[in-house]
Amino acid sequence: MERTFRVMRCDPEKDKKPYLQEYQVSARDGMTVLEGLFYIQRRLDPSLAFRFSCRGSVCGSCAMNINGRNRLGCETQVSSLKGVIKVRPLGHFKVLRDLVVELDGFWEKYRRVRPYLIPSSLPPEKERLQSPEERGRIGDTADCILCANCHGSCTVTGTDSEYLGPAALLKTDRFLRDSRDVAGDERIRIVDGVHGIWRCHTILSCQDVCPKELSPTSSIMDMRKRLVRKRGNDGR
Amino acid sequence: MIYHQAIIVGGGLAGLRAAIELNRWGIDTAIISKVHPLRSHTVAAQGGINVAIGNNPLAASDSPETHAFDTIKGSDYLADQGAVLKMCRMGPGLVYEMEHWGCPFSRNDEGRIAQRPFGGADFPRTCYAADRTGHALLNTIFERAVYHEIAIYSEYLVTSLALDDGVCQGLIALDLKSGMLVPFSSDAVIFATGGAGRLYGRSTNALINTGIGTAIPYRAGVPLKDMEFIQFHPTTLFGTNILVSEGARGEGAYLLNKSGERFLADYEDSREKMELSPRDIVARNMVREMEKGGGFEGGHLHLDLRHLGKQKIEERLPGIRELSMKFAGIDPEMEPIPVQPGQHYTMGGIDTDAEGKTVVKGFFAAGECACVSVHGANRLGGNSILEALVFGAIAGEGAASYIEGKEKMREEGMVLDSLKREEEEIKNLMASAGKERVPDLWEGINRVMDDNVGIFREERSLKEGLDKVRELKERSKALALSYKGKSFNYELYWGLELQGSLDVAEAVILGALERRESRGSHFRRDYPVRNDGSFLKHSIVKYTEEEPSLIYRDVDIILFEPKERRY
Ligand SMILES: Cc1cc2nc3c(=O)[nH]c(=O)nc-3n(C[C@H](O)[C@H](O)[C@H](O)COP(=O)(O)OP(=O)(O)OC[C@H]3O[C@@H](n4cnc5c(N)ncnc54)[C@H](O)[C@@H]3O)c2cc1C
Repeated sequence: MERTFRVMRCDPEKDKKPYLQEYQVSARDGMTVLEGLFYIQRRLDPSLAFRFSCRGSVCGSCAMNINGRNRLGCETQVSSLKGVIKVRPLGHFKVLRDLVVELDGFWEKYRRVRPYLIPSSLPPEKERLQSPEERGRIGDTADCILCANCHGSCTVTGTDSEYLGPAALLKTDRFLRDSRDVAGDERIRIVDGVHGIWRCHTILSCQDVCPKELSPTSSIMDMRKRLVRKRGNDGR
Repeated sequence: MIYHQAIIVGGGLAGLRAAIELNRWGIDTAIISKVHPLRSHTVAAQGGINVAIGNNPLAASDSPETHAFDTIKGSDYLADQGAVLKMCRMGPGLVYEMEHWGCPFSRNDEGRIAQRPFGGADFPRTCYAADRTGHALLNTIFERAVYHEIAIYSEYLVTSLALDDGVCQGLIALDLKSGMLVPFSSDAVIFATGGAGRLYGRSTNALINTGIGTAIPYRAGVPLKDMEFIQFHPTTLFGTNILVSEGARGEGAYLLNKSGERFLADYEDSREKMELSPRDIVARNMVREMEKGGGFEGGHLHLDLRHLGKQKIEERLPGIRELSMKFAGIDPEMEPIPVQPGQHYTMGGIDTDAEGKTVVKGFFAAGECACVSVHGANRLGGNSILEALVFGAIAGEGAASYIEGKEKMREEGMVLDSLKREEEEIKNLMASAGKERVPDLWEGINRVMDDNVGIFREERSLKEGLDKVRELKERSKALALSYKGKSFNYELYWGLELQGSLDVAEAVILGALERRESRGSHFRRDYPVRNDGSFLKHSIVKYTEEEPSLIYRDVDIILFEPKERRY
C-alpha cells in the first residue's frame, strides 16, 4: 500500500528554515517507520539523514516525533498510523540535519548527576549481596535506554535550558534505589535546586512518550518526598 | 593532529572494558565509535553471560575447567584450548567487578548473582539481568568510563589504519557531523568493532554491524581467521529476525512444528537435550523440519512459552514479551511466537593471539570482531559477552604494556599520508560518474550471503556465491553517490561501509568453500562429517590486491582430545 511520509528536512548549512518534504512509500505488511525512512533513503532520496542502530527498540537511536508524538521509529508500525505520516526531529534540541539532533547537552546533564555507583567500601572478593527484594526496589529505573524522547517532550526542558530533565533525574533515582549505593545525600544535593526536581510540572509527558513505559515523574516525586522527609528530620 | 596514547575503535563492551584497563595503567585513552557507545550492539544482548561461580544450587560442582570443556566441545574442538581456559578462569573476577561497578544483575534468594541454564552447558552458569543483560552491562561499563572521564569521539566512522613498516601509527576517521576526515595519531590502537552480521539480510544484528571494522585491518595486511563460521540463531522473530533469546528455551520454552509437536525429539542429535541442544544443531533441525513440510507458511515454526505461566514470563522474560508484542503483534502468554533461524554471530574475525595481539605491532583486536579463537566452529550462548569482557581487558593490558615498552617514535607523517590517500578516495567517490548505486550493491551482498552461504552449504552454491561477490566487487568500482553534502551524508557512510564488507564477504565464502567438511556451524551437505585429519585447523585468509590467499594453522590442543561431539 502507498503511504505518504511528510518529513521535516533541514540542512542548517544552506537552509534558512526547515521545510517539509513528501515521499510516497510503498508500505509492506509489518513495515515500521524506520523501515519507511530507509525506503526513502535507499530508493527516493539518499540525502535524508536519521540515526539508527539496533532496529529492535533497545538502543535508543531513532527517537523522533511521529504524528505529533515522540516515539522510536523502529517500533512504530506504519499500519498503526492514520493518514499522512508526519516525521519531525525531537523537539527542544538543535537540528544538525533532518532528523538528527544535537544531543551533547542531553549527555552533559546525564554526566552532571554522577551516573555511576558510589559504594561504601572496598568491594568483597565476590559479589556484593543484594536480596531479590532490594534488587526489586531498583525496579525498571535501570531499564532506561536514554533515547531522549522524554527530554524532547518535557515542557520544562523546552523553556529552561538548565533543567536536568527527566532522563537524568530518573538516573539519579536509579542509584538512590540501589542498596549498594551510599551517595544518597550527594545525589539529592545535585538535583535539589531550581533546575532540578522542583522544576517538574508533573504533566507526565515524559512517562507518556517513554518507549519502555518508565515513569521519570514518579521518580521525581519520590525524590521530592525523600527530601521533604530529610528536611523534617534535620529540623528536628 | 589529535593524539592519544591509546585509541580504541568501538564503544561496545569490549572497547569500553579495554579503555578502563588502559586508564588503570594511567594511559591517556580515547574511544572512537560510529554511534554513541550506548547504541552499540552489546546493548541488545539478552540472555546472559557465562561464568562458573556456582550460585545456582544445581551448579555447586561447576568449575572454570568444566566451563572450558563445554566451550571446547561446543566449538567442535576448533577453539584454542589455552585461550578458552584463560577466559573461563578470568571470567568470574571480571563479572564480579561488573557487579562492583553497579551492574543490576538479577539475584537469587541468597542475594547472589542469579544464574540460568543455557544450551550446550553442563551447569546453569549464565548470569543475567532479566533478559536485558547486555543493556545492564553496557550501561554499567559506560558509567564507569564516565567516572574515569575517558575521552569519547562519538559518530566518527573509522575508515583506515595508518601503518608504517608493520607498526600502527594511528588511524583516519570521518566525523559524521562535520563530514571531515580527521587524522588520529596514537601509540597503540585496539579494534573492538563487533560482528559482521549485516553481511546477511536475515540477521539478528544491529544495522551498524557491517564488515567495516573487520575489513580495515584485513585490507591493511592483518589476516582473518575462521571466517566461514557464522552462527545462525534458532529463534529469531519471523519477519524482522529480531532475536528471541535462548534464555526463553533456558526457562523451558518449547519449539513446535505445525502439528504442535516438539519435533527436536525426532532428530538423533537433539533427542537428548531437546530445546537446550546447541544452537547449530537446533537451527539445522529446524530447517530440516521445515524442508520435511513441518513448518508454517512462509518458513517458520513456533516457540511456545505459554506453559511457563504469566509470572515467570513477566519476571524473567519481559523483554521477549515486549518484542513479541511490538514486532510480531503477539503476546507470548496467549500465543506461540513465530520464529525462524537467522544469522546471529561471527565466530571468525581479525586474527589475534590470546593477548589480543595481531601481526601488526601496536594493533590489537578484541570482542566479536576478533578471533582468538575461543568459539571455534560454534559459540555457546552467553560466551560472547564474556569474551568481550575478558579479552577487552586483556587487550587493554596488552596495549598498555606495549606502550610502556615502546621504542619506535611516533610518525605523524604516516598518518598524514593516510589522510591524503583517504581524502583522495572520497573525492573520487564523490566525483565518480559511475552507474552503480550503494543500496543495490548492499542488497546484492545480503542476497548472496542469505542464499548461498546459509545454514546448509555445498560446493556449487558456494562457488556461485564467490562469483557473485566478485562480480559485486567489480561493480563497486563504478560506485557513484548522488548526494554530495558533508554533514551526516549517509549515502557516503553506507558506501564506505560497503567496500570493506564485500572483501569480508569474499573471505567468508572462500573459507566455506575450501573447508570440505562439516564442523560446528559450518555444514556442508556434500561433506556432512567432520574431518579432523584434514581440517582440525584454523583457516587464515590474507588480503591481496588480486585474490585472497588461504592457509591453515594448527589448533592449540592442550587439555581435551577431540571426540565426536554428541549431546
Ligand atoms: C540480539 C543479540 C543478542 C545477544 N545476546 C547475547 C547474550 O545473551 N550473551 C552473549 O554472550 N552474547 C550475546 N550476543 C552477542 C554479543 O552481544 C556480542 O557478541 C557482543 O556484544 C559484542 O561486543 P563488542 O564489544 O565486541 O562489539 P559491539 O557491542 O558490537 O560494539 C562494536 C562497536 O564498534 C563500533 N564500530 C564498528 N565499526 C566502527 C568503525 N569503522 N568506526 C567507528 N566505530 C566502529 C560501533 O559503533 C560499536 O561501538 C547477542 C547478540 C545479538 C545479535
